[in-house]
Amino acid sequence: MMKFYDPFILPFVIGLYFIFAYLGIKFAVMLIRIGKPERKKIAKGIFSVKTLSAVKEVFLEALLHKRIFKVNPMLGYMHMSLAFGWFLLILFGKIGTLSYSRDFFNPIHYAIFFKYFEPRDPAFFYSKTYFLLMDSFLLFILSGLTLAIVKRFRTRIFGMKKTTRLRFFDRMALTSLWLIFPFRLLAESFTSGAFQSGHFLSGTLGSVFAGFLPVENLMYPAWWAYSLALGFFFVSLPFSRYMHIPTEMLLIFLRKWGLDTGTKMSGYAEAQVLSCSRCGICIDNCQLKTAGETQANPVYFIQALRNQQVNPALAMNCLQCGRCEEICPVKIDIRQLRLITRQHLTPDQSDYHYLPVEQPVKADVIFFGGCMTHLTPGIVAAMKKLVAESGEKVWFMDEQESVCCGRPQLLAGEAESAMRLIEHNRQLITGSGAKLLVTSCPICLTVFVREYNLGIEVLHHSQYLLRLTRSQKIRPKPALLKIAYHDPCELGRGNAIYEEPRQLINSSAILVKTKHEKQMSLCCGGSLGNLQLNADQQNLILDETLQSLTAANPDIIATSCPLCKKTFQKSSPVPVLDIAEIAAGTWQHYIQPASQNQEKANIHELAENQLMN
Amino acid sequence: MTNIKKIAVLGGGVAGMETSIQLNRLGYQVDLIEIEDKLGGHVRNWYKLFPDHKPADEFLEKLISNLSATDVQIKTSIQINAFLRKEKKLCLFDQACEFGVYDAVVVATGFDLFEAYRKEEYGFGIYKNVITSAGLETMFLGKTIKTSGGNVPKRVGLVHCVGSRDEKCGNLHCSKVCCITAVKQAITLRQMLPNTEVFCFYMDMRMFGPSYEELYREAQEKWAVRFIRGRISEAAQNADETILIKTEDTLTGRQLKMNVDLLVLMVGMLPSKGTTVIGKKTGLDFGMNRFLKVKDEHYHANETNQEGIFVAGSASAPMNISDTISHARAAATAVDHYLKTTDHERFSEKNNIRNLEKALHEK
Repeated sequence: MMKFYDPFILPFVIGLYFIFAYLGIKFAVMLIRIGKPERKKIAKGIFSVKTLSAVKEVFLEALLHKRIFKVNPMLGYMHMSLAFGWFLLILFGKIGTLSYSRDFFNPIHYAIFFKYFEPRDPAFFYSKTYFLLMDSFLLFILSGLTLAIVKRFRTRIFGMKKTTRLRFFDRMALTSLWLIFPFRLLAESFTSGAFQSGHFLSGTLGSVFAGFLPVENLMYPAWWAYSLALGFFFVSLPFSRYMHIPTEMLLIFLRKWGLDTGTKMSGYAEAQVLSCSRCGICIDNCQLKTAGETQANPVYFIQALRNQQVNPALAMNCLQCGRCEEICPVKIDIRQLRLITRQHLTPDQSDYHYLPVEQPVKADVIFFGGCMTHLTPGIVAAMKKLVAESGEKVWFMDEQESVCCGRPQLLAGEAESAMRLIEHNRQLITGSGAKLLVTSCPICLTVFVREYNLGIEVLHHSQYLLRLTRSQKIRPKPALLKIAYHDPCELGRGNAIYEEPRQLINSSAILVKTKHEKQMSLCCGGSLGNLQLNADQQNLILDETLQSLTAANPDIIATSCPLCKKTFQKSSPVPVLDIAEIAAGTWQHYIQPASQNQEKANIHELAENQLMN
Repeated sequence: MTNIKKIAVLGGGVAGMETSIQLNRLGYQVDLIEIEDKLGGHVRNWYKLFPDHKPADEFLEKLISNLSATDVQIKTSIQINAFLRKEKKLCLFDQACEFGVYDAVVVATGFDLFEAYRKEEYGFGIYKNVITSAGLETMFLGKTIKTSGGNVPKRVGLVHCVGSRDEKCGNLHCSKVCCITAVKQAITLRQMLPNTEVFCFYMDMRMFGPSYEELYREAQEKWAVRFIRGRISEAAQNADETILIKTEDTLTGRQLKMNVDLLVLMVGMLPSKGTTVIGKKTGLDFGMNRFLKVKDEHYHANETNQEGIFVAGSASAPMNISDTISHARAAATAVDHYLKTTDHERFSEKNNIRNLEKALHEK
């Protein structure tokens, strides 16, 4: 029938056709579910340089795993050896068969089981080098496999505190994946032993085995085992976490073409869910662990999402801090996926008759403090002082009557409520004719930028104050203070504003380094995003963050989010100031008790040293 | 040398002074150690005491004269910051060197007032006419109650539970004395400024002591103090430096906006820094509210988890003065019992308790 046929190839061939058929249908359905506007983006991007850069990223990420390397070199090597090694094995295997058989249409399994069909290592163009390479690739993969096995049982060697828990299909796929390459090694070695062929790995092992084993009889079962392992792996792949291997490649293309996660569970969102390899890198970076929550980490949330097991508690149990996204090697839009699952969880029963009837005031600049700034009047007082100094015409829009920006409702999955509030505020803002909107609250900033479509410039007050400083309209008051700056999640990871607050502080005080800075900064614990944690759990996160911030013994903690400020004030050993208060020099009332603390602490240190001596 | 046992009492406030007096009367040699340069603690800053409006300095004078009739060694401006056990003795260290060796230690390091700037929405330190209950006592002592503009306030608001019973501040406990302090201060305000309106914003009125409830009634009937059940959500400063407060009158269910000339924050009690430091250095347990934990709330309210270390007064929980005096006296009898009991007796006492518990358990 066929030129290269033996019954043992059937598990492999069946598995392979199954996986091709499955992926074809699955990807087609996903692309249909992506929706029309997003599909237009694909049509636009597919014949552009974006596709080339996607190819490059597929090579760097799906094969070399560059991002995992950056986080953890050993883990990176493990992934690279398996993915890239296998890729090379397939690629060169095919090249070898083409070179030998001169038949472009030789069947796929011919390359996979080449050694079985051509046990005597036939000579062809550069065949010596070819066999040397093939043995090297196998060794490369086996080295990664060893690491994988060690990781499963000794997670800490990898510097990881936790690795992920497995499900049934994961176990099946994992076991067959682990067995594929040892079986290939055995099959090739036994064959080499029987035919006195092979190279540095297969040949050497083959002659060793031939010394004490009936390699002629073992050879055939070994090829069966190799084929079965491949077949099992292919069949279980779509139902296991290894679905991430093909889906991630699709995802990289879709992302490069500019697709957006959106607010519904679209095909693109599904592609992201399936692209999660459950590597578990996010677990150590998720502060829910500090709060004693081990079921709601991003990796388990995505797993539940894939299995349609997301309950309200799981959907709500996320700080929305975004630390997971910073470190996720696949760059999954984890925060947005969580928000998608929150929609319609809380029935919207709000009554909006309370919304005040207001008239906009003509101004060049609007300052919007937001609800949290109302609870931290020190920020408003400082802003007023600085604005007066600058001579800018600023309308403090929500000073008397304040309506929420809408972001808390969006975080709770109440999009309709949010739109009511957004519409109210938008009319006031556009009615004032202002060219610039300034807010001291990063939570408001996010929603102004993403949802309001104002058509005017929106700035965080750190950016605005820095601009006023640069144009010499204000002069930040010098303060001989050592300051530890806390990056608020919504400002830093949410809006990529890291430098402006630092430059503003540096213009009048001394900034000290802290342990978790910028992209890796911790959450204060007061997150509006988490509707599940209780006060004690929030305090655990708060304590962890305060400890990190005060490690260098700063005089004060500075931040640029009123919610972070309020949360820290609960138990901070040093005063907590907003950057505006530092610039305005309105902080004397905080500093008095702190300097006493410092004095006491110094005395304790002195006494302790003496005791030790 | 003599056989007289030596005791250190840490903290020279009401609890520390009374414990020292009682222990000395029982025949012990007592060192009373105070971190500040004067004895008296918080009472020194108070004008009158509830519920009988007794002048605070009168009470303090009585306490100090009783103390000076004893031979308690008073050591002020001393900060104890290290501790060691040497066999059965307790060694205290101040910043320089070993300070003394004692048979027992009583921790009477008391409380600190909640730092009002941590409850920023009330604007303490930001608005000129927001003060604390302690600040108002200082005004009483100076006999002048003026706003930042130098005027007599026409309307004063007193806010209860600032820094107490407030999850947002991280303090769940009730500080106990603020309700009655507000009633007392409201009456004093009305007495000193008969034309001034006084409003108290409360969550509940906790009139736990003898004649407190009567004083609360008197405040309403005789002095026309207005009590509004509602927590103030935020405060803002008007252009004339008066304070605009927002709250809800939860009894009528109406939102309320009001201007006051002076806003007084009834700041709660937290374990003092000294209490926290000494507790940590001597290995004492802390309770849920971060005050020192006693061995048993009912029967061993002065004993701690550390043998030979006792607690007196508000280092263990918020307390008014009369409860503090009782707690201090109880501490003295507990120390006395401890020092008169031999190791053997203590051992058999422990055994008896254990056997009793075992018997109960087996039942």
